[in-house]
Amino acid sequence: MAQRIVIDPVTRIEGHAKISIFLDDAGNVSDAEFHVVEFRGFEKFCEGRPYAEMPGITARICGICPVSHLLASAKAGDAIMAVNIPPAADKLRRLMNLGQIIQSHALSFFHLSAPDFLLGWDVPPAQRNVFGLIAANADLARAGIRLRQFGQEIIAELGGQKIHPAWAVPGGVRNPLTEAGRDRIRAWLPEAYATTKTAFDLFKKTLETHKKEVQIFGNFPSLFMGLVEPDGTWEHHGGNLRFTDSSGSIIADQVDPQKYYECIGESVQSSSYLKSPYYSPLGIPDGMYRVGPLARLNVAEQMGTPKADAELKKFKKLTRGDNAVISSFHYHYARLIEILTAIERVEATLDDADLLSEDLRADAGINSLRGVGVSEAPRGTLFHDYTVDRNGLLQKINLIVATGQNNLAMNQTVAQIARHYVRGHKITEPMLNRVEHGIRCYDPCLSCSTHAVGQMPLHLQLIGPDGAVLHELVRG
Amino acid sequence: MAAKTLTIDGKHVSVDESATILDAAVDAGIYIPTLCHLDGVYDVGACRLCLVEVAGSSKLLPACTTKVSEGMEIQTDTERLRQYRRITLEQLFAERNHVCSVCVANGHCELQTLAYRQGMDHVRYDYRFPQWEVDSTHSLFGLDHNRCILCTRCVRVCWHIEGAGTLNVSGRGAQARIITDLNQPWGTSDTCTKCGKCVMACPTGALFYKGATVGEMERDRTKLEFIVTAREKKQWIAD
Ligand code: SF4
Ligand code: FES
Repeated sequence: MAQRIVIDPVTRIEGHAKISIFLDDAGNVSDAEFHVVEFRGFEKFCEGRPYAEMPGITARICGICPVSHLLASAKAGDAIMAVNIPPAADKLRRLMNLGQIIQSHALSFFHLSAPDFLLGWDVPPAQRNVFGLIAANADLARAGIRLRQFGQEIIAELGGQKIHPAWAVPGGVRNPLTEAGRDRIRAWLPEAYATTKTAFDLFKKTLETHKKEVQIFGNFPSLFMGLVEPDGTWEHHGGNLRFTDSSGSIIADQVDPQKYYECIGESVQSSSYLKSPYYSPLGIPDGMYRVGPLARLNVAEQMGTPKADAELKKFKKLTRGDNAVISSFHYHYARLIEILTAIERVEATLDDADLLSEDLRADAGINSLRGVGVSEAPRGTLFHDYTVDRNGLLQKINLIVATGQNNLAMNQTVAQIARHYVRGHKITEPMLNRVEHGIRCYDPCLSCSTHAVGQMPLHLQLIGPDGAVLHELVRG
Repeated sequence: MAAKTLTIDGKHVSVDESATILDAAVDAGIYIPTLCHLDGVYDVGACRLCLVEVAGSSKLLPACTTKVSEGMEIQTDTERLRQYRRITLEQLFAERNHVCSVCVANGHCELQTLAYRQGMDHVRYDYRFPQWEVDSTHSLFGLDHNRCILCTRCVRVCWHIEGAGTLNVSGRGAQARIITDLNQPWGTSDTCTKCGKCVMACPTGALFYKGATVGEMERDRTKLEFIVTAREKKQWIAD
């Protein structure tokens, strides 16, 4: 009979996310399941609401990436109106999304992950956090905090508030950038570049000392998905979907995001409320795909900006050939390259006079009863799929979030790490610390509510063949 | 026309005999909270937010519909009144589904503003979470019953200013709701002139311009007053 270890992060995450590790009869890890926050209730209670309210509502629902939901939701609204939004609005939305990528990636890298690989896995959690990082390397910690602030300032210059800006709307955006705001953003650029360079240097050293982690932190074949431009350039708020496999070959290209459902299926796991999306032509398990920074860099042929392109070349060499980079430990690396391209893109766009334009919002009635909005959130591709009636009231809502799409890969990552560290029927500290980081590679929605102020709260249960708890460990 | 003298919160006030307590207070620069009152249309005394204490009367009286009388001693801001106002507001919030943070009127809502002003930091009643729909059939406007407080301002401007008679109230108690024509979808109304006065009059996010997003509904009530003054006094001036 199989056995199960449950790791249940209980505090500060609303109590409904947990990890189960399944043991086979021989006591080896056979599988793992990471349960993420689910959106079902939300999809239900928005039924009947006017679609134009959705950007504001969805931005409120998720406190962790409100900007990403705001932008995807506004885009779904554009599709329902069947309009081309004014070019200025598109550029402004893109600018906000770049700000979101910078701030979220900076948080993930500096606050959440750097303490693990800079201070060491087995440093007690009470020190292995951003405060420990400040104690060990105050300059680095401060630079990281300020890089995040830079991204947040971009969002604030546009949306007026750092969190929950109801600024993007179906058809466009509500206000332009001001000249003063543009100058304030520009003033940050030199520091942002410098911090990113420091982070690159540091991470490259980390790679030399973390060969084992690269080997076991989610190192397995899978598909990758992300948005790309028509010529295969990295894209974040437009373009079409591309799927590649772990050999680096393109298996589906330029898939119209409006028709995502033709290639993405969603399985519902019986043991949780969770929907696990997969590439439907291949089914489960072969259709498992990853999204987010690692996936976006694997599907992209170039970044489209010079500094980031130079880094992408080095990144792609990690594979020694034309294979994809398959270790999830490299999500960190990919994040840095995305920060770099985002800064370059912010810089390149700032001189565009359109950013100050007042022509920002297209007006139209209901011209399509279904609209899909797709945008690259920092954590991965985000889909908002709305079906409305003739009067624009929502009949059906389907949200596909990054953490959901990465769920199958996260399960496999946890299983892979646990396999190296589960000894007998005991949950060990080293395993706990590494499983924690394995999850953190994906920067799932829950992580920033935890490690930023301490360790990831975990609740582990080792359950024997008869369902009895063999070993239990609560932390946090 | 004869004048009446009275005191409001100890302040001596002299107003025309046709004035209400609310008129007198406004004249004297004294604030009385109101919700169903709307400058330019007749009052119905529906919301009970404007209740005041009048010496010699054990009942609380609505300032918007009570006429002044000679020697009246009025209190507008006692502990008892503050308590009643909070109860009234809390009941309004508990009755339907008001979610300020995602409402089209967020930041420009009279109900929300009053709740802040009266220090309402929580609701002591159980929320009723009724199932109400949004009527989005009209080409320009939407009506979200979830946010309606049944102040009937929209009904009054529709009948009294526009003269269309489209909006009305149907049902009693918790079932009461705003209807259009013969209780049919607004978009199918024959009488609606699409003038938008109801949207202008609504204190909450219940009536809105279609396509409005969070916090976007701002209203200019002086336009309604302007129309009324223009018609009744033949004065084409706004306040
Ligand atoms: S729709 Fe607005 S104006 Fe009309 S009764 Fe309801 S709250 Fe009052
Ligand atoms: S304002 Fe007087 S009762 Fe509503």
